[in-house]
Amino acid sequence: MSTQEQAVVHEHRDDIRSRMGMWLFLFSELLLFGGLFFMYSVYRYTHQQDFSIASKEMNTFLGTLNTVILLTSSLTMVLAIVAMQKGKRILSIFYQLVTIAFGLTFMVNKVIEWTHEFKEGNFPGSEVLSSRPPGQILYFGLYYSMVGLHGLHVLVGMTVIGFMTVYTIRNKITPENYVKLEAAGLYWHLVDIIWIFLFPLFYLIT
Amino acid sequence: MSGETLAVSNNGHEVSYLDYEGKHKGILGWLLSTDHKRIGILYLITIISFFAVGVTLGFLIRLELLTPEGTIVGPQVYNEFFTLHGIIMIFLVVVPVVPSVFGNFFLPILIGAKDVAFPRLNLLSWYLYIIGGAMLLLTIVLPGGAPDTGWTFYIPYSVRTGTNMIFTLTALFIVGFSSILTGVNFLSTIHRMRAPGMSWFKMPLFTWALYATSWIQVIVTPIVGITLLMVVIERVFHVGVFDPTLGGDPILFQHMFWMYSHPAVYIIIVPAMGVISEIIPVFSQRTIFGYKAIAYSSLGIALFGSLVWAHHMFATGISSTAEFVFSLLTFLVAIPSAIKVFNWTATLYKGSIKLDPPMLYALAFIFLFSIGGLTGIIQGALSVDIYLTDTYFIVGHIHYVVFGGTGFGLFAALHYWLPKMFGRMYNQKVAKSSFWAIFVGFNILYFPFFILGWMGMPRRSYHYLPQFQLYHVISTVGSWIMVTGILIMLINLLTSLLKGKKIEEQNIWGGETLEWKVSTPPTVENFEEIPNVVDGPYDYKQNEYAELEEEVK
Repeated sequence: MSTQEQAVVHEHRDDIRSRMGMWLFLFSELLLFGGLFFMYSVYRYTHQQDFSIASKEMNTFLGTLNTVILLTSSLTMVLAIVAMQKGKRILSIFYQLVTIAFGLTFMVNKVIEWTHEFKEGNFPGSEVLSSRPPGQILYFGLYYSMVGLHGLHVLVGMTVIGFMTVYTIRNKITPENYVKLEAAGLYWHLVDIIWIFLFPLFYLIT
Repeated sequence: MSGETLAVSNNGHEVSYLDYEGKHKGILGWLLSTDHKRIGILYLITIISFFAVGVTLGFLIRLELLTPEGTIVGPQVYNEFFTLHGIIMIFLVVVPVVPSVFGNFFLPILIGAKDVAFPRLNLLSWYLYIIGGAMLLLTIVLPGGAPDTGWTFYIPYSVRTGTNMIFTLTALFIVGFSSILTGVNFLSTIHRMRAPGMSWFKMPLFTWALYATSWIQVIVTPIVGITLLMVVIERVFHVGVFDPTLGGDPILFQHMFWMYSHPAVYIIIVPAMGVISEIIPVFSQRTIFGYKAIAYSSLGIALFGSLVWAHHMFATGISSTAEFVFSLLTFLVAIPSAIKVFNWTATLYKGSIKLDPPMLYALAFIFLFSIGGLTGIIQGALSVDIYLTDTYFIVGHIHYVVFGGTGFGLFAALHYWLPKMFGRMYNQKVAKSSFWAIFVGFNILYFPFFILGWMGMPRRSYHYLPQFQLYHVISTVGSWIMVTGILIMLINLLTSLLKGKKIEEQNIWGGETLEWKVSTPPTVENFEEIPNVVDGPYDYKQNEYAELEEEVK
């Protein structure tokens, strides 16, 4: 540790610092979801059968579709950054908008899925769900909490990217200084990664 | 840390940060300022205000306990008193106070930087903090009333109570968010903004303490955030995760709560330890003993402290293997704390000790923290803990560690750094007498708690058996002495800011760290030229040799 890092003399710009701040923030976001994953593992362990029964009711088709959508949106986000690096501003704006559109499609699918569940009475506090065994109540409780919080993150991510598009149009994000766009991209990938874990936990493992 | 300076761009305004007039004038110049020093002062004002509320509540609790039956309030109000006292003191005062006030003000100066890594984020943290704090205080006037569950929000109380639980928990979630952002900010600052020559092991120990604390903040605060949020979701949507009637597990809540709240103890104490590590060498004019040991022990505390949470739950019926492991780890976490205590006392040895007010508080810190720490070990032992769980012993322990530790660390920091921050000196005689009132009052107030707890007095109890009354009366009298002392101290400091003797000199106490190399009060940009650091932070030998040489001549 004896070597010293080169200190920054010109304070105004240090991209590594900005990225480091973003990574640390993402780290704490991961731990936020980590608490939920922890709860999930405990209850999955104590109520294995009920979890298995309840998870068979999930709409695996919509879940898979949403996984594909979100993964592709991560690709378009990367393409937006690459386009900016290469100086193609218009192309970058295009890819940013495509990313937002994918996010929107994801949310629409979620609404369709949840509306269906609600029609069947599978929502917390409902008579139908309350009459089922505790493990299944817990399964749906966790499903709505975790997927709901994730959905909130998708909305936040879309808003952030929306701001980035405005910044790009106003030339605040340029091919020379695009660290903001990178940070938004990192956030979007986090949203993606959390879904990659949520998807098998709720839809695939039965 | 004297030495040459690098010639770099000089666009520093040579105006004190207090007089500087930027884009906004007057009060807006403070509320919209992104200067880390002004934000530090904003935190100082708000946190001291919350501290005053917390002290008032504590004072009223003690007054209530003067007699075995009701004295001034009913049982429901009593529950709200001790809950609010706990929440305000823990989440709004001792967790943020040292990093947010003194960390914000001095961290950039100590490492030779002009500001923190993300100044606007820093201001946002303050706004989140006051929004959360204001929401919490609002629960008192809103219908439903203030929370009455105790500051631990145990299930099923927090799911069943009719008080404003949702508001309270959301407020704490927001405050937690502010805490995470401050942690992120400090970590990036320490990693990326140290002055040339300021290698990791030339950083002052206060910086090391902030570094360790910031890591704990970033790692564990999200856990309590999501836990409290889940209680909110539980209350609103009845998802069942914590409600036993729907299959949820109340013990799981306790696990998740303490996963944060035990490390939070170290968020509370480690920055105060950093303050003490700054003050002890200055007022004994000696290099700190075992610099690296203190720096590493901060990290050690951060690491071990995150792995001991279940020692709060020995009475809940967790498995005996878990009990054994957590008890062992609890003993281990005492080692890094003890390393610090031994290093501080070793620093005092053969030093030329000056008993100025900051030093008095620092020495009291060592004394009180040792009592608090050793009583913690007693509770870490399984067989004893079963007997002591939920008694006054634990209340005594938490107050010796948190108030005797962080409270006294805060008072030490106030007396050490306020003159630097405002360029005015307080009345030292009054400061010393208020110290003695606080110190004596503190011990009369809290020491009987250990005896009461050993006798079996349960905590959070409104009524008590008549045989406990003697100790309760002693304790309440102690609270009067201590509160008087705190009042005198605060009034003394406050009048000093308005009328105190002006100080021009940079180095008020004879310190060697960087804050004593900048003007008093610091200029807007802290440094006209970014310093090039050559020596370690506690190099007092140089001075000694220089003096010796002069004597010889």
